[in-house]
Amino acid sequence: MSTSSDLREKLRKKRRALQESLGKVKDDTQALVPSDSDVTKESDHTAVEELTGRGDDPGETLRRSLKAQRMKRKKKLLEEMSVEIPPEEEVVKAEVTAVQELEYEQEELSEETPAEGARSARLQRDLPPLPVLRADSSLSESSMRQRVREKLIVAKSKASRKMKQETSREPVSRLQGLRDRELLTRFDREADPDLHEEESSFAARVKFRDAARQATRDKRAETGLPTAEEAYNFFTFNFDPEPQERRCKGRTKRRSRRREGEEEEDELDQGEEEEEEEETEMEREHEGEEESRDRDEDAPLVRDEEDDLFIIDQSAQDFLEVKKAEYIGYNRRVLREREILFTPSMRPVPASSKLPENVQPRYLEEEGLYVGERPPVSLSNQNILENRILKQDQGRKWFGDDGRIMALPDPIKESSSRPPLYHLEEELDPALQTAYRKALKSKYVNRYIAGVGDTQGDYQLDVDVSGLIFSHHPLFSREHVLGARLAQFYDQYLSRQHKNLTCLLTDKLNGLRNTIRNMLELHSGEGISHVTQQRIAEYKQEVRHTRQLRDSEQEKDRTLLKSIIKVWKELKALREFQGFTNTPYKLYIRKEEVQRALDEREQEAEILAEVAELQAESEEDYERKMSEYRRQLEEWKSWRRKQKALKKKQKKRRQQSQDADEEEEEDEHSEEELGEEPVKPEAPEKPDIAGLEQQVHEKACRIRRKPGEPVLVPELTASSPITPNEQCPRGEFARREDVAKRSLFIKVLYNDKEVSRTDSRSLNMDFRVHFGQIFNLKIVNWPESIKLQIYESVSSSSSPLAEVCVPVPESSVLTGSAPSEELEFSSNQRVTFNHEGVGSDVPFSFAADGSNRQTLLTSGKLSCCVSWAVGEDDVPLAPPSSQSGAGMHSGLRQMDAIACIGASGLNDMKRLGKWAAESRLDPNDPSNASIMQLLSVASGGEVAVPDYFRLEQLQEEFNFLSDEELERSRRFRLLRLRSQEVAEFRHFKTIPATEREISEKVFEDYERRLKEGELVDTKEHIDAHRALVAKYLQKVRESVINRFLIAKHHYILSDLVVEEEVPSIGVLGLNLFKLAEPKRPLKPRRKERKKVTAQNLSDGDIKLLLNIIRGYDIPIRKPHTSKPAAAAKSARSYTETFTAAASSQTALQGNEWPLGQPVIRPFVEVTFQRTVLQTSTAEGPNPCWNEELVLPFSAPNGDYSTSSLQAVRDEVFINIFDEVLHEVVEDERERGSTVHTRIERHWLGSIKIPFSTIYLQSRIDGTFKVATPPVLLGYSKERSLGSEGGYDAIRSLSEGTFLTLFITIEPQLVPGDTIREKMKDVKFDTQEVERLLLACEIFEKDASQRFPDRPCLTTVVDINGKSIFITRFIRPLAPPQELLDAFPNNLQEATELVARYVSLIPFLPDSVSFAGICDLWSTCDQFLTLLAGDEEEHAVLLCNYFLSMGKKAWLIIGTAIPEGPTAYVLTQEQNRYLIWNPSVGQYYGQYDTFCPLQTVGCLVNADNVWFNIQVYAAPMRMSFDVTKPKFWKPFFSRSFPDPGLSSVQPEELVYRRIDKAAAAELQDRIEKVLREKIMEWRPRHPTRWNRYCTSTLRHFLPKLELSGGREVAEEHRLELQSLLGDYRISGFPLHLPFSEIRPIIEAVYSTGVHNVEAPNMEFALAVYVHPYPSNVLSVWVYIASLVRTR
Amino acid sequence: MTSNNPSVFLLMVNGQIESANFPGYDDLYCKYCFVYGHDWAPTSGLEEGISQITSKGRDSCQRLVWNFPLDITFKSTNPFGWPQIVVSVYGPDAFGNDVVRGYGAVHVPLTPGRHTKTIPMFVPESTSRLQKFTSWLMGRRPEYTDPKVVAQGEGRDVTRVRSQGFVTLQFNIVTKDMKKLGYDTTSTEQAPATHLAGTEQPYGT
Repeated sequence: MSTSSDLREKLRKKRRALQESLGKVKDDTQALVPSDSDVTKESDHTAVEELTGRGDDPGETLRRSLKAQRMKRKKKLLEEMSVEIPPEEEVVKAEVTAVQELEYEQEELSEETPAEGARSARLQRDLPPLPVLRADSSLSESSMRQRVREKLIVAKSKASRKMKQETSREPVSRLQGLRDRELLTRFDREADPDLHEEESSFAARVKFRDAARQATRDKRAETGLPTAEEAYNFFTFNFDPEPQERRCKGRTKRRSRRREGEEEEDELDQGEEEEEEEETEMEREHEGEEESRDRDEDAPLVRDEEDDLFIIDQSAQDFLEVKKAEYIGYNRRVLREREILFTPSMRPVPASSKLPENVQPRYLEEEGLYVGERPPVSLSNQNILENRILKQDQGRKWFGDDGRIMALPDPIKESSSRPPLYHLEEELDPALQTAYRKALKSKYVNRYIAGVGDTQGDYQLDVDVSGLIFSHHPLFSREHVLGARLAQFYDQYLSRQHKNLTCLLTDKLNGLRNTIRNMLELHSGEGISHVTQQRIAEYKQEVRHTRQLRDSEQEKDRTLLKSIIKVWKELKALREFQGFTNTPYKLYIRKEEVQRALDEREQEAEILAEVAELQAESEEDYERKMSEYRRQLEEWKSWRRKQKALKKKQKKRRQQSQDADEEEEEDEHSEEELGEEPVKPEAPEKPDIAGLEQQVHEKACRIRRKPGEPVLVPELTASSPITPNEQCPRGEFARREDVAKRSLFIKVLYNDKEVSRTDSRSLNMDFRVHFGQIFNLKIVNWPESIKLQIYESVSSSSSPLAEVCVPVPESSVLTGSAPSEELEFSSNQRVTFNHEGVGSDVPFSFAADGSNRQTLLTSGKLSCCVSWAVGEDDVPLAPPSSQSGAGMHSGLRQMDAIACIGASGLNDMKRLGKWAAESRLDPNDPSNASIMQLLSVASGGEVAVPDYFRLEQLQEEFNFLSDEELERSRRFRLLRLRSQEVAEFRHFKTIPATEREISEKVFEDYERRLKEGELVDTKEHIDAHRALVAKYLQKVRESVINRFLIAKHHYILSDLVVEEEVPSIGVLGLNLFKLAEPKRPLKPRRKERKKVTAQNLSDGDIKLLLNIIRGYDIPIRKPHTSKPAAAAKSARSYTETFTAAASSQTALQGNEWPLGQPVIRPFVEVTFQRTVLQTSTAEGPNPCWNEELVLPFSAPNGDYSTSSLQAVRDEVFINIFDEVLHEVVEDERERGSTVHTRIERHWLGSIKIPFSTIYLQSRIDGTFKVATPPVLLGYSKERSLGSEGGYDAIRSLSEGTFLTLFITIEPQLVPGDTIREKMKDVKFDTQEVERLLLACEIFEKDASQRFPDRPCLTTVVDINGKSIFITRFIRPLAPPQELLDAFPNNLQEATELVARYVSLIPFLPDSVSFAGICDLWSTCDQFLTLLAGDEEEHAVLLCNYFLSMGKKAWLIIGTAIPEGPTAYVLTQEQNRYLIWNPSVGQYYGQYDTFCPLQTVGCLVNADNVWFNIQVYAAPMRMSFDVTKPKFWKPFFSRSFPDPGLSSVQPEELVYRRIDKAAAAELQDRIEKVLREKIMEWRPRHPTRWNRYCTSTLRHFLPKLELSGGREVAEEHRLELQSLLGDYRISGFPLHLPFSEIRPIIEAVYSTGVHNVEAPNMEFALAVYVHPYPSNVLSVWVYIASLVRTR
Repeated sequence: MTSNNPSVFLLMVNGQIESANFPGYDDLYCKYCFVYGHDWAPTSGLEEGISQITSKGRDSCQRLVWNFPLDITFKSTNPFGWPQIVVSVYGPDAFGNDVVRGYGAVHVPLTPGRHTKTIPMFVPESTSRLQKFTSWLMGRRPEYTDPKVVAQGEGRDVTRVRSQGFVTLQFNIVTKDMKKLGYDTTSTEQAPATHLAGTEQPYGT
């Protein structure tokens, strides 16, 4: 049947419905175009219409209109194409078939048993009326639109309408049409089932549901207004906007098409009817058979569309009114605003207006009360506020007695930070106290079901609301109350009958009895074992218990039956009394006859058994009581005896002293005592057997039916006829009317949100409401609560009656299998009526006299069922069960066994165990497994309850890997090591993401290092001891570095923020002064450069600038004629050194040199990082180069970070060479025309400056002493050529060659001394007293404030990283005895030797070893063990030696060139002060110009520290007399005396003995290595060694060592000269302290001896190692080149 | 390239520094740079950039629009040290000196897709009032030694800052091979919006 024609029909129907609503609105006007035209059509096809009209079901109409809506989007297509639509229909059918079937079923049921409708309705599966509602809403919507359109039409096209009116027919037919429609709408639900079957499937489907809706629509039709419900639906429902739109689109399309058709037809000048006919004809063509059925209904359709046509021409402008913008002039606006706005004035308010009249302000302060300080508020603001407050109502309450605004005292504390804690203990003002609020949990957190986004995550809850039954309702009549009670009792009866507890218990009882009997029989005669006995006792106990239970059950049964009968009687009485029947209840009581004899026997046996048991029990009881009695008796007797004894005593006493009164009292008292004490126990009665039997009998007849009495079976039916309304009295009639008015509906609330509601159903006479609706909830949130709210509506108002919470179903509860539940509800609303209804919460009575009043509350049962839906493929649409319930507790559950049984509050194990034993949990039930396990653990003993608790008990949960796995994973290990900043891995980038990409090799080095920490590789180092030291140093360094890595992460402001410093007034003034200064262009000054942070640098950016300015006293060449010097300096005395002795060498000016040759042609060569640059050659012993050399610098690994730059160990070698030109005369004849010269360069001396010094100092400027070899073959020191005496006098104090240099780095780098700065913030472990440390801090701070450029040290960090007061390092320590023994008579010599010894200990700057971290001071024994240290260690050691030698010595903390901040030693010798450079072993007089010490910061000795507060800091210009407080500020003074600090130095230094063998061995090895190296450096030339020379040199070296490197040269030279007369020798001995072989090689290389490339060159090399105690070695390398001169 | 076992994952960031809101300041330009961890390496694109100077719009909201594009691709093996973009804004002060107007940093979003981020900006404060005055006078306001400081937490405790304006950035993020390496950045908790909208719609036919 369902073809495309159906569709068309539906459409038409819908149109008609629209039309209808429109018609209703406009009913009064009676002149409606659409209806008119409608009528026209109708009259044309009346017959057909009537047919279809009758055949139609109203529900179907709606249904179809809905369908039509859905189909709209396809409509166009459908129209264009012919018939093929069936598939669509099939789909629709399939959708609804299931429901249809159910409905049929239901109908059949309801026909068969109409009385049980409510109950059977539970099975029905009706569907919510949503689509209908939608149709409704769209109806109303479109009707609104229609109205608007109508108006438009009226306004716009009157003429055309008139034309149409002319064509219209008489109103009769219209009425007819209307009647037809009414018929349609009044179609009742009681339609013939046969008809349904005949009809298309739609009818049956829709009919049932729409019955209720029909009524409301009718109502709406009458009033023209939507009902509340409809309105609600209109606003609450989600209208799908999309289909609507599409529909519109489709419509417009169609419309336009139609318009074309119309235009064509207009041309033909035809009427509308014809047009319609055309239309229908078209459709007929499309639709085939059913063409003419509804032609009339096309008319409204087309009218509609015509209306739409009109509306298309309308635009927004037709509805909008365009007006000029309103402007209000400023003054007017101000005026107007003045009315509204209030501007509080700033003037002070008179006190009178602030206070109540006639009240003087009262000042609490004046009365002496404490008034807190008010928070500061500006006066004007206060005035404004006061004015504002006064404007308000009751503004005065804000003012206190003193006429000021009330204010709490200023809550702001003085200190800007958090107040200290003790403030909290004081009582705060209540207004300021913190109120504790519990944290609110966000409502919707964690409520989404995981996996909803996934495809399978569709969860659906089916809520089936089948109906409700009132057990009491305000509208109940008295009869209803009784009826309900009866029904209730009957229900109870039925359920009891169903459970049949009595029978069950009886059976159990019998079973138990049998068991006992069997057991007794089994063991009859024999001794019953203890276990069995116990079991029997248990069984007996059980029997007793069961019997009691059974008895009570039987009693209940009996009373229930009785009350049923009683209520029924009452009901009957009531019916008779009131004369009508309200309820259909009727009770039948069926009697079941029983065989009397059998019954009696059974009963008797039962009674006997019971009696026997009771006897046994009572005997047992008696036994127990007897024993108890005996015990008590015994007690009593003993007490009695005591009492008597006591009495006697008392009597005696009484007789002695007391008078009679007291006696009496005493007597009473004692009697009382007697009475109080345990009453003499009475012997328990013997159980009365006969009495027992009597009791049993009595009980039996009370709770059981009498033997032979028929069994009464009540049956309640609802078959009694109800008196019709007409025959009832007025009160009852009113009640029934009222009942009919009521209707009920139920709202479904999911998580407190209304999601759906049922239809409203009217309340029936039987107070049962049947809904039978299922709501499918598709859920996204976790189900937390499902509520059903029952609403009762009278006419249009509805009120909530009750609320029922439905439990969220387990995920196993599925639709189809879930049983329906009955949930009770009640409400305590008070309702009273003036008719027969009894009301609710209102007392009423059944009796006529009003006695026996009772009050009932509205209550009832709601039957519903909530379950999880089942998907198409039988998949339950429930969330995974593991998450059901409290999903967020799942984590906890695993940890807490108790929590998972739902009793998380239970944590008392004992009580739990008790509970479990009492409740007899089934140990085999899997749901009890966890608790059983827990109990077994608990009862197991020791594990019971731990006495500890864990803080991180959930840690396990968060471990994503086990620790072992984490340990094993190479990747994690690598990541961890990197984050620990382990040296090997610190700079690792992109650690592979996967394990397999990391090879084990990565760790090899690291592991080896860890493993070989103790093992020493002696191969690398020549001396085993040195290797050990190196390792140790490495370890110390690492530990220190680790310690300071933390400190490195400590930042100060200047690390992060660049901020211009505020120029102080002094600086400003200076700058101003500078402006006025005359410009001196001829005296240029070095400008300060901007510092660059070493971050964005790359190779080649940094350059080292070396400005070599001039040299002094460079040795001059000597003619190699063998003429002995006139004065050999053999007898050089110590004192001579300090006196300005005239140089003996002055006379030695060589006239031997050819005139053309200058005395010397020196140049300077600078080597840095293997880059070699040299200056031009100058002439003379005091040359002036003034050249700048630029050396590129590249940092190791291209890492220009501060730490890396500080670790650069490269040194700048500055060598002075003499350029010697030799004329190579090969042919004397060519002498005139050609010149052949060979250039030779002879090394004269060198200076080396570590890069770290340059880096840290940022510039080095000064004159430096060139380290020259003690002997320079072929050269002699040239003394002051033509110099005046004064200058010479000063200069000659220090011998040697000097070079004036300026070195800096371009661009200027920020030195890494920031860490040094920071170290001040970092507190080290310390053992010093806090007070001392504080004093240190103050002292240093003061010092640095007054003289920022003078270093001041009070505390230093020792090698363990602890800060120690500096004086603790100074302690007299004896130098090795060997040194003292060397010059037993000459203290001076010994002193020099000691200094030399100290200087021979290798120098290792801290900044290199502990990468710029800080100075570490080691004690002297540590220093000697390590055999490496920097200035401080050397200085401390030297100072200690001097002290032990009886000198006055101090440590100087100052700055020197080129070391920077350093430590020197000051000694006082015969009114002179000597300054010792401990790392070189040289000493300077105080007034020595070339003393490298530039500033003196402080002096330290064992007792005190003095800070230099003199004007000048240069040693030459200051006084070293520390006793003068004007010059020196002592640390320990009278105000802060020396607490007597013990020294950290050892008592005595232990020296190791001189190991000559080792020295000899080392000597050989060095020599060998050097020979190889030299040959290696000369790859293109053969290297010949002159053995003779070598041996000579070798003999000479020990002499040099003995003389301390002083000039033994003359003899030596002469000696050589005599030996090697034919050779021109140039060479020199090098002297080094020994640490490693590498520096020696470097030093040899830097001299460039190997570079001499004369063809007949020979070399000589000699090495001498002189051992000193404690493995201090002095290494001499003599290297010489020889050229045979003839 | 389409190997099943990738060793790195890629993070493609493009987007732009759209605009800024600095009430009271005008003619600003900005610099950006990326800060990322050890395991990250940019494969293509600019790590640092400096924008044009922009002036305020005349409309009421007075935004400063740069629309300065960002386009960079990172590769990484480890999400630790996820890249952050550091934006610093500069502009002339009353005397025409170029001073800093704000620093700010934000992590590049983790999830693929389009993200709009608004970063609050701040500048370091002078240590004293006098300094504040002199720095104002001289046009040498305190600046961070390295703008990258704002992307790290270390040492921030010693500074004091003042907040100043906002910068809006837009990111489009594409990742590659994250999931293959076991990093899942898309949240499972978050349900698609359509589901949320359709919550508890009763339906039935």
